[in-house]
Amino acid sequence: MPRASLPWAAMARMTGRRALLAVPVLLAVTFGVFAVAAASPFDPVRAYAGDAGLTASQANLDQLRHNLGVDQPLIGRWWHWLTAALTGDLGDSATLRAPVTQVIGERLGWSVLLCALAFLLAVAVGTALGVAAARRRGGLLDRAVTSLAYTLEAAPPFWLGLLAVWLFALKLGVLPAGGLTDTGTDLATPGQIARHVALPALVLAVSQLPWFVLYVRQGVGDALEEDPVRGARARGLRERTVLLHHALRSGLLPVLTLIGSRVPELITGALLVETVFSWPGIAAATVEAATAVDFPLLAALTVLATAAVLAGNLLSDLLYGLADPRVGFDG
Amino acid sequence: MTARFPRGAAAVTLAAGLALSATACSTPDDGKSATGRTDSAVVGIAYEPETLSPLLGYGKDGNSKIFDGLLTHDAGMHLRPALATALPKVTDGGRTYTFDLRRGVTFSDGKPFSADDVVFTYSTILDSKTNNASKAELDALRNVEKKDDHTVVFHLKYPYAPFAERAVLPIAPQHIAGKQDINHGSFTTKPIGTGPYVLTRWSKGEKLTFKANPHYWGGAPKVKNFTMAIIKDDDIRATRLRSGDLDGAILPPELAATFKGDKHRTTVTATTFDYRNVTLPTGNPVTGAKAVRRALDLAVDREAMVKGILNGAGKPAYGPVPTDSPWFAKGTERPHDLKKAERILDDAGWKKGPDGIRTKGHQRASFTLWYLSGDKLRQEHALAFASDAKKAGIEAKVESGTWEAIEPRMAKDAVLAGGGSPADPDFDQYLLLHSSLAGDGFNNMSRYADKTVDAKLTEARRTDDQATRKAAYDAVQRRLVENPAYTFLTHVDHVYVVADRWKNLTTQTEPHDHGLASGPWWNVEDWQPAT
Repeated sequence: MPRASLPWAAMARMTGRRALLAVPVLLAVTFGVFAVAAASPFDPVRAYAGDAGLTASQANLDQLRHNLGVDQPLIGRWWHWLTAALTGDLGDSATLRAPVTQVIGERLGWSVLLCALAFLLAVAVGTALGVAAARRRGGLLDRAVTSLAYTLEAAPPFWLGLLAVWLFALKLGVLPAGGLTDTGTDLATPGQIARHVALPALVLAVSQLPWFVLYVRQGVGDALEEDPVRGARARGLRERTVLLHHALRSGLLPVLTLIGSRVPELITGALLVETVFSWPGIAAATVEAATAVDFPLLAALTVLATAAVLAGNLLSDLLYGLADPRVGFDG
Repeated sequence: MTARFPRGAAAVTLAAGLALSATACSTPDDGKSATGRTDSAVVGIAYEPETLSPLLGYGKDGNSKIFDGLLTHDAGMHLRPALATALPKVTDGGRTYTFDLRRGVTFSDGKPFSADDVVFTYSTILDSKTNNASKAELDALRNVEKKDDHTVVFHLKYPYAPFAERAVLPIAPQHIAGKQDINHGSFTTKPIGTGPYVLTRWSKGEKLTFKANPHYWGGAPKVKNFTMAIIKDDDIRATRLRSGDLDGAILPPELAATFKGDKHRTTVTATTFDYRNVTLPTGNPVTGAKAVRRALDLAVDREAMVKGILNGAGKPAYGPVPTDSPWFAKGTERPHDLKKAERILDDAGWKKGPDGIRTKGHQRASFTLWYLSGDKLRQEHALAFASDAKKAGIEAKVESGTWEAIEPRMAKDAVLAGGGSPADPDFDQYLLLHSSLAGDGFNNMSRYADKTVDAKLTEARRTDDQATRKAAYDAVQRRLVENPAYTFLTHVDHVYVVADRWKNLTTQTEPHDHGLASGPWWNVEDWQPAT
């Protein structure tokens, strides 16, 4: 492939356009979150009060409702949150009794660690299996890998998580069932964290794996049947050279460009996996924020997730534009 | 990209996999290092506090580990001085409580404890801007006054006999909590107190870890490291106890029974005030009919429930007061008497129809009974109640839902409820039975109104004469036989399994909410090694 200098200006213009477009999207999404949360049957005051709410007086509960600001109309609450957020004040999480910035700050790193490990593992294993399957389509390995991939694709991540806990933690006893460190200790040493991240990262990777396997298999398989590859074979090049220099390069490009679009699936997967493994990340906090109707935390986390998805899409489109100049950067 | 890509990639993947499993195997004994040691304990509990700030309600019933109250409860639930040097002097007809404070006590950051902290704690809780859901428990309190650095005076709005029981509420440091946002400041998750333990870490949803406070005024605890693992699922908690990950845990009776033959663990059973009852809303024409209420009270087979549902770990409940409490009115036990129940219904005009369900006029003796979904104990109680009621010709249609689904229906539908507070009969009975609290939040869910009960409840909370109080609560319990407010079913024991490395483990009489404060670790600061 010719290696011209990258079209920086066009890429910057596209990024700028997307950033502008993100503003109305984020506004709509946050308003949507407020509206859905307000319409949900969950009561933020009950969630806040916990067990104490069952013996609290009605006057006490009404006072709490007022203090938490949830007796305000929906639009007013959203506007209040928005204007404060624009000045950098994301508000306080009612359920976790702490500022939202602190909650996110404490948890984001653990989520990024988990997702990055899982993603790398899924890409590496997915590519390896996909290429192996594509080499002899219809062969024993191909059929085994493909059917396994379809089975895993259908398996919900929380089910995989529970299965992994049962097998590795309860039956074999080799890996801890959850948490960031062992129950009896507090020190978050690298060894402790490696032991505890292994199972959730493995499960999250396995839940993301099928897509990569199937896409790589398809891409590489198709490339193997294209003219350049047949030509290379006809010229008598070694099979390995054909596979790596010709088939893999053209077969993997569409996969690479689509990696960014996997972000939503990764976030959804992390949501379930973190909950199953009591991993102290962002996703676990999202579940808590949603069931407790914790408006400020929920809104901030939604913005974060939306931004991640938009950034993933942008990355995809940029890579795709680079890989295939016919597409360009005007999208 | 090198020519060896696939093999290289496979090798990298394999290596990564090996590295992961290698780290996984390198320290397999980490979690079990505590086993065998008596200076560290890890216990599994089912409940996690919403906050660790006493100002927002944490530890209001005592045993908060991190904090001390002015007073505390001993194993027999008698009040003992803690941050106060003695029980309060009560003057002005029960309206003024004076406490002398202990000298030389410091918070775990080294700063001294004084009367200012007491005044700060109570006035902050009473402040309407403070998001404390248990504020109503201090309803009697008008204000707290500092007389000097070591004396505080509580002024009440009205004489309130059990007020001293509220003084177990933990005292927060003004010099830290007073400088922060009370509702969201860091003090709510990183508390500092005068108590026997210092919080080292709170990993939400996972565990709380404590280390002993070496300067504790009551003497440094023998158990130096204490961890409370939050494990909501009963089976997982039992598994982790069995694997040695936990030294102790609360378990349902049937799971606790599987540890019976274990030579290294003992079972500790706590008696409680924790009742399960069925609300009988007066707004429903069936449950509101006195004959139906009286018949249900006799038709339920409480002994069978204790045996069948609780595996014997509990007692029949005839009212909020358990039969082994000194507050119980002897003679108010009711035997299971289906015949008498049917006679009461017949006499009141509820005639059995062809399907076995009674009717009176056009009213069918049928109502809906809700239980909290996912709560197995309540489900079993609800089903047993419905089956007993059916034998008397009353249909209870059992349905499950979350509180969100149940709450709007509480005025008309029955609910399998629970509650109970051992410190003073006023704490649960007033909320449960007084007509002024009918339908107020989750208080008096039956919307019960009975003049005798109202008068006796008020009389009992206004006098501190023990004999008068006992007589008043006896009268309430006897009145509940004639005009039942709820159908009380059982008092549920709480069962704990603990490694036998410590001697003479005890429990207090426990309330319905068995959080951090309950269990044999209510006084972990006093635990002594067994050998």
